[in-house]
Amino acid sequence: MTSTFLPDQRTGRDTDPPPPAARASRGRARRRAVNWLTAVGFQLPALVLFIGLVLLPMLFALYAGFFRWGGFGMPSDYIGGDNFTRLFEDPVFLGDLWRCLVLVVLSLALQLPFALAMAVLLNQKLRGRAVYRMLFFAPYVLSEAITGVLFSMVFAPDDGLADNALGAVGLDGLGGEWFADPSWVMATLFLVMTWKYFGFHMMLYLAGLQSIPRELTEAALIDGAGPWQRFRNVTLPLLAPTLRISVFLSVIGAIQLFDLVWVVTQGGPDHHSETMAVTMFQYGFKRYQVGYASAISVVMFGICLVFALAYQRFVLRRDLEGATTTMRGGGA
Amino acid sequence: MGDPGLSRRGFLAATAAAGVGMTALSGCGGDSDGGSSDGTTTIEWWNISTTEPAKSVWASLAKKFEAQNPKVKIKIVQLENEAYKSKMTALIASGKLPDIFHTWGGGVLKQQVDAGLVEDLTDRTKDFADGLLPVTKEPYLLDEKVYGIPFDMGMIGFWYNKALFKKAGISAPPTTWDGFLDAVRKLKAENITPLALAGKEKWPGMYYWAYLAMRTAGADALQKAADDKDFTSDEFVQAGQHLQDLVDLQPFQKGFLGAAYSTPTGQAAAVGNGKAAMELMGQWAPVVEADAGKGLGDDLGFFAFPAVEGGKGAITEVFGGGGGHALRRDAPQAAVDFLKFFASETTDKVLVEETGTLPVVPAAESAIKDPNIKAVQAQLKAATGFQLYLDQAYAPAVGQEVNDSVAALIAGSKSPEQVTQSITKTAKEEQ
Repeated sequence: MTSTFLPDQRTGRDTDPPPPAARASRGRARRRAVNWLTAVGFQLPALVLFIGLVLLPMLFALYAGFFRWGGFGMPSDYIGGDNFTRLFEDPVFLGDLWRCLVLVVLSLALQLPFALAMAVLLNQKLRGRAVYRMLFFAPYVLSEAITGVLFSMVFAPDDGLADNALGAVGLDGLGGEWFADPSWVMATLFLVMTWKYFGFHMMLYLAGLQSIPRELTEAALIDGAGPWQRFRNVTLPLLAPTLRISVFLSVIGAIQLFDLVWVVTQGGPDHHSETMAVTMFQYGFKRYQVGYASAISVVMFGICLVFALAYQRFVLRRDLEGATTTMRGGGA
Repeated sequence: MGDPGLSRRGFLAATAAAGVGMTALSGCGGDSDGGSSDGTTTIEWWNISTTEPAKSVWASLAKKFEAQNPKVKIKIVQLENEAYKSKMTALIASGKLPDIFHTWGGGVLKQQVDAGLVEDLTDRTKDFADGLLPVTKEPYLLDEKVYGIPFDMGMIGFWYNKALFKKAGISAPPTTWDGFLDAVRKLKAENITPLALAGKEKWPGMYYWAYLAMRTAGADALQKAADDKDFTSDEFVQAGQHLQDLVDLQPFQKGFLGAAYSTPTGQAAAVGNGKAAMELMGQWAPVVEADAGKGLGDDLGFFAFPAVEGGKGAITEVFGGGGGHALRRDAPQAAVDFLKFFASETTDKVLVEETGTLPVVPAAESAIKDPNIKAVQAQLKAATGFQLYLDQAYAPAVGQEVNDSVAALIAGSKSPEQVTQSITKTAKEEQ
């Protein structure tokens, strides 16, 4: 879903070659029609799949959100907006929204700066740099389910690696119940999420850092800028487009978080790690209240959509404008 | 792109690709029925026997059936308990179930029946179903029609470690709730974890509340409450208070709120490895304890859920359920033949001897060797009242709300009154 909102879609048109001036305009029109048909032909399969497997189910979920529906046959018991009012009175769902916000804030305040620091560090000349990069990126390749099983063992109270390791260095007092403790479960989950995802953001930043021309840093160095000034006034502004995309992916990921939570805690203990997607699954697949679950999914989609549009409009605009200018300029 | 011919070829290729895409898409809706041209029937059998030894025993039984019926192929699909329930939800929405599928009977089966997806077996299985033990058939009887054939029957009770009880100076298993709380205190005094509980999965916690509700309000009260959509009676509140008395003693293992049931760090393993003295679990407990942990062997004992002083229920009333198989609507005759094969005396003896299930065929009772399973069987046969597992007996939303609310009570975020109110609210929302 996230890729839908990425700006690179807009660049699809610049494959049109500059027409040779000698050709007659009739030939040009014919060729344009053929090109158009080709484009349609290539897009049709994807379009059919997108409409059938994405758009229609989404519209159906919106429709089902207005019914009391157990998932059997077609929805028939129309209840208007009741599912939605119930949703915003449900302490679990309100808790989901709060936890989502907490995750977003933690990701932006801790996870991404950490990833940036690692990227800057690994952009230096460093012995075994490639090995570090690979190591930090490896967790991202693991599936969320495997990560979940792995860390439920690591953080098993008493017997797990975490408690044993802490005990071995004399910090037994810091060992706890981790995922089993209502007040620590989110912090522990965030730790695991950071372990898994910071490598991905680090890679993005590394790619961004490498596209910054060396001359600019050198010029700043000659002008007498210290390391912090070089980072603050040269690196950071030039890395901004990458940062903006990374923030976007991180927020959308936090809103849709499901797999990891489901495998590790199923939203427990006592709903303290439940996310919107987990609540939706509980109602849709455990309680067979598919209408209500649809309402949750619609709200989730709404939040994603509003965020994505607002972000594109207000934050990504500069990056997108760059892309459109290039197109207007005829590939200059 | 400059050459028009290339464009045209490109366009043709694209059209062809689109055509393939469409075909593939329409193929998704296609029906794949078991029958094939050479006369063999393939039947799909979905079960939840993912742990050993049942897993391999069942596979070999399927082979045996195939050998006896050369024209039938059996495709086994095995899923873990919770995964199975989720998968079935998706299948139900699609309107097509596997030929033979696991069922616990009760409210969930009724929903599937009401949706017109389950075969009425009353006439098709009459020749062999009449001979099965009556109590084992209860969960699958809906409106006096047979919708499932049992292969197992059991009940929930306390499984305890005799050695740890001895160490704590408990001479005999408790028969009253006060006696039970005393036993918990004695175990705690010896630094033994009295109870193991899988808090993450919620259903094992529900057993406590359900049994306490049966003991305070009587065996029929839970079904009646569901029918009346009212769980707010004083007896149900008392049940919650009794459970709270237990929770206040902090009897569960460290980190129980995050523990699963059958994993190596879960509830069954804690008992099987001798780290906790008791668990409240069904007749399958010894098998899972030995699979997830080491198992207790002769040190393992079973006792019935204690009676509550002044309650309307008796200690002989059991909370339990079984396992059975139902067929999808219009399932082939081969599927019925398989049910008959699976409920035969020969098969049942194999199941009882090798997988620790309880007999559904009277003649298979002699095959029980394990003294604990004998104890369970004796309690079941002498039962004066019966209540099916709540998450199966009730509509799914109500069953889940019971699990959820009781989990909240155990975690300390809901009061006994709030538990009864939440369940009532959910029951009223379901039409």
